[in-house]
Order: sequence, then C-alpha cells, then structure tokens
Amino acid sequence: MELVCPAGNLTSLKAAIDNGANCVYTGFRDDTNARNFAGLNFSEADLAKGIDYAHRRGGRVFVAVNTYPQAHSFERWCAAIDRAAKFGVDAVIIADAGLMDYAARTHPDLRLHLSVQGSATTCDAINFYQEQFGVRRAVLPRVLTVQQVAKLIERAKTEIEVFGFGSLCVMVEGRCALSSYVTGQSPNTAGACSPASAVNWQTTSKGLESRLNGVLVDRYADGENAAYPTICKGRYRVEDETYYAIEEPASLNTLELLPELVRIGVAAVKIEGRQRSPAYVAEVTRTWRSAIDACLADPGAFGVREEWTERLAALSEGQQQTLGPYNRKWR
Amino acid sequence: MKIALGPLLYAWSGDEIARFYESVEKQPVDIVYLGEVVCSRRRGFRPEDWLDTAGRLAAAGKEVVLSSLALLETNADLRAMRKLVANGHYRVEANDMAAVAALSEQRTEFVGGPHLNVYNNATLDLLVRHGLRRWVPPVELPRSSLAHLLRKNGSGAECEVFIVGRMPLAMSARCFTARRHGLEKDACENVCEKYPDGLALATRDGDAFLALNGIQTQSSSVCNLVAELPALRELGVAAVRVSPHSTGCLETVALVRAALDGALSPQDAAQQVEGLLPGPACNGYWHGKPGMDNLALTG
Repeated sequence: MELVCPAGNLTSLKAAIDNGANCVYTGFRDDTNARNFAGLNFSEADLAKGIDYAHRRGGRVFVAVNTYPQAHSFERWCAAIDRAAKFGVDAVIIADAGLMDYAARTHPDLRLHLSVQGSATTCDAINFYQEQFGVRRAVLPRVLTVQQVAKLIERAKTEIEVFGFGSLCVMVEGRCALSSYVTGQSPNTAGACSPASAVNWQTTSKGLESRLNGVLVDRYADGENAAYPTICKGRYRVEDETYYAIEEPASLNTLELLPELVRIGVAAVKIEGRQRSPAYVAEVTRTWRSAIDACLADPGAFGVREEWTERLAALSEGQQQTLGPYNRKWR
Repeated sequence: MKIALGPLLYAWSGDEIARFYESVEKQPVDIVYLGEVVCSRRRGFRPEDWLDTAGRLAAAGKEVVLSSLALLETNADLRAMRKLVANGHYRVEANDMAAVAALSEQRTEFVGGPHLNVYNNATLDLLVRHGLRRWVPPVELPRSSLAHLLRKNGSGAECEVFIVGRMPLAMSARCFTARRHGLEKDACENVCEKYPDGLALATRDGDAFLALNGIQTQSSSVCNLVAELPALRELGVAAVRVSPHSTGCLETVALVRAALDGALSPQDAAQQVEGLLPGPACNGYWHGKPGMDNLALTG
C-alpha cells in the first residue's frame, strides 16, 4: 500500500519524501488545481527540482490538474497537462472528462489518475473512465463505507486510492457549489473553497464572528476555539436549535482502519493538506509511514499506538477526529 | 423555447406526488422529468408509480424523461439505475457517470443532468459522442460561459437552463435532515417528508441561508431567471427548467408560458413569479457573481 502525501511547495515535497512518502502530489500556480491559494504550488523550476529530488530517492510525483476547465480557457488546462508531461511527472490527476480525453489522446504514455473531484462513487463510473481513457487509478470521494469500498474494489478495473487523513469534505467532491453560492468561487470553477479573500473576522459584543462575504458562518464565546470559516463547518440555526448542522470542525483519521484497507486491496492512502506547512506534512507523513509499515509487517497484530494518535490529534482541526463516512453511523 | 418541469427534489407523500402530476397533465409544460434524484430511501413513489405517471403524462402529450439518482453508493443503487436505463420507453436524464456509461453501452440517446459537470465544449462533445442530446449546465455556470459553450457547440445537442427553483448546491453521504432529528440515515423514518420545500437553515443572526433536503443541500434563496428569457432565447437555449415546489409551481409555469408567448413582459412575469416562490429570489450565478446575490431587474 502506497502513502501519497501533499506538497504545496518544494520544501513540503522534500519533507514528505524524507519522512517516507511513496508519492507526493502537487499543483501548478493557478486555478488548474483544487488548492489555488496565494503563495502555494509549483513553478516550473520547482517542479523540475522536486521531481529530481523524489526520483533520486525512489519517490514519485503526481500533478493535480483537477479543477474543471472553464469554457473560455480550456487550452490553459491542456497546457498544464502538456507541461506536466514535459517534466516527466509520474501521473496527472484529472477530474474533467473532456480534459481526460485530451490527455489520453495527446500523451498516450502519461499515467492518468481520476481525481476525487471527478465524483466517481461506483465501479461502473470508474470503469467507464478506465475503458475510455485508460485511467490507472481512481481516488474515491469521501462517501462510501469500508464495506462499500470493498465491494467497489472487487469490480473496479483500476487501482483505488482513498483518503486517510486531513480536512474532511462533507460533500461529494466535485459536486459542491456552496462556496460559489456565497463567494462566487468554488472548487470546480476556481480551485478554491471558502477563499481567504472573502473571510472577515470581527469582535462584536456577542463574541468573535467569522463571516464569508458577509454571511455569518460562526460566532465564538470567550475560550472557544475559532475555526476557519468553511461553510459546511459553521454553526447554524435549524428550527429552534443552533449547532453544527452539517459537520463539526474535525479531521478525518482512518488509522484504525488500516488493516481493513490493506485486506480489501486499497492501493494507496492519501493524506490531505497541500495548504499545510512543511512541518505538518513531515509529522503526518512520519506517523503514517510508521503505521503502514507496522500494519504491512503484521496486519493481525496491528494496533493504533498512542503516540500516533497523540501526534495526529495535535494536528487535527479543532483537535477532533472522525472516521467520517467510512463509519455507517456518521451518515 | 420549451418549458421543462425538473425532477421533484423533495420527499412528498405518494398522494401528494400523484395529485401534483395529475395537475401537471393540463399545464402548458412541454417536458416533464420524473423519478427520484436525491435519495434511494424515499418511498413516496416506487419505480412502478413513476412509470404509471409517465404513461399518463405521455398520453397528455408531454415529453417524459426519467431522471436517475445523482449519488450512487450501493450495488442496489446501480441495479436500480440500470433498470431505469433499460426501461425501453422513455428517455433518461443521466445524473452520474455510471448512468452515462450504461446509456452509452446501450447506444441510447439521453439528457445530461446538472450534476454531470459540463463546463466546457470538450466535455460536451465527448458526452455527445456517447449519446447526449440535451444537457442542463451546472447551476453555477454564468451567462458568459454558457454563451461560449453554445457558440462553439457544433454537435446539435440542445441546452436546457435551470431558471426557477431552490438550487441544488451539494450532496453528501450524510443526511442532514436525519441529523437534525438525531436519527441515523439507515433508520431515518423518512423524516424529510415533513419538509415539502426543504428544512430551513439560518445563520446565527437568523438570516435564511440554506435549505436542507436530506443528503442534498440547496440554496434558501430561489433562482429566478424569468426576466432573462429573451437573453436565453437569443443564446439559443432550447428549454427552460422550473424545479417543483409545493406551492406556486404551476402558476410559475403559466407565467413563464405567458412571457414566452409575448402575453406578458418577462420583467412582469419575473416579478409575479417572485411572489410565488418559497423564499427571496436570487440570480447571481447568471451574472458571474455569488449565487446568492440578487441583481436588480433591468429594462
């Protein structure tokens, strides 16, 4: 089982490789990828250095071109694919079917992965991408239970990659327009969710308020931990109750499921967080490397070590963790 | 331009659904989408009930399209989808790539729903090669992008635009209506039947924000592009979609018809539609702005 780690820049890439990542995933500095944040992502020169660094150490580099090309500028997304191919990346991660078609026809030797943003939740959908474009791996949306993932793997004609740790998208990836409803920018159109430029923090007589383009996402009493105002993780009023109506700020952590994920044939576990610091990437990668090695050595004897849990808890949103949709009861 | 009644997105009781579509038979609607798009657990209408309704609407001269579930999770969901695709009578609206695959394999022409993510001509052309003959763009697509898509569209595929209704914005494995009631999704007691136009979610200031509809999250404000009918026609849009709500839906259809026939100005029709909607109007997406914005009617 491969460990796939996030690299928002060259320093993070090195941190991931040095701490045991098998693969890292990156993006170019524009809206062709789903982490289009200021100061993040790779220039051509950095990508070349990153690929060299990883390859010399037996690692692989993926490039995410996983937003949806907009009608006026399809060529720009094609250019991103061409650039990735020219630099010899080990795979490109794509969501849009039209772009996938372009990549398959223009670069027949380029390894294609179906992005989580492609919203493929069934073997039928995944096999369609495999048959049409020769896709080799699909990243599953955070939707299915472990049992459902197992059934999907039985019939899928590609490798399956699942999310193991990091920020949890509550909504099916590639099918969420909450962010553009409020700010005009969504993951699909701009590679951004709840963009920082729309965030406003204000101390009021009622408490500290976080707003997104004027919409009150949450309000904190003294002593409460304030979280980044992602729309799906705010507190709202429904009927007579105010609560986390969609989801609490919490990180996905599937460490305890590792033996099960290995058993059912998951090819790779992905760590979310290209927007996170190199120190975060190093710590999460190191912890997951230890856990995967322990699990592969003796799956039957695998138990989650307390030190892993503590390290990951300290790096989690609101210091809370969840199994998310892998656990039937979460749904 | 044709008027389409989109699939019913809410959980109504069987009687309510039957009554609603009985009244649709006599309405000036050209296309009617039928079937469950949001949640396979809903029991108001079974597949046989939808087919009965389809037969009556087809006999009344409507083009009937059967809509597929947008989020497939289980093998049972897949089996139901394949059965829908193989129905032999009616066109299918594909709301997921698995449905596209099944339709393509059968060489059956289909409609592409708003969840297929057609943002560019390459994807549109690809789907046309697999049998797409009409498609509904994502609700967040602005007019400028649609204009580009239609200008470059040499495939002959028709475009249908979502013009009235609470907009489906997101889907999840989690049921937010069950969550509100402290129920697990697998034992939800079909509690969403209590909310015929979705469960209102407001900010802590009490401002209406979203509508929870089971696993789907919708806008609280209601899309109203009726004033844009001339612009839509000019772009070459073939059909406009009205999404069903529990009240005012058929009156809305009549107003859209009147505007299309020139019996009423689009601005007047838009204003009258606004009074019928379950929430304040919005049209931001069309203008390339945040979807919740409501830009003043012009002209």
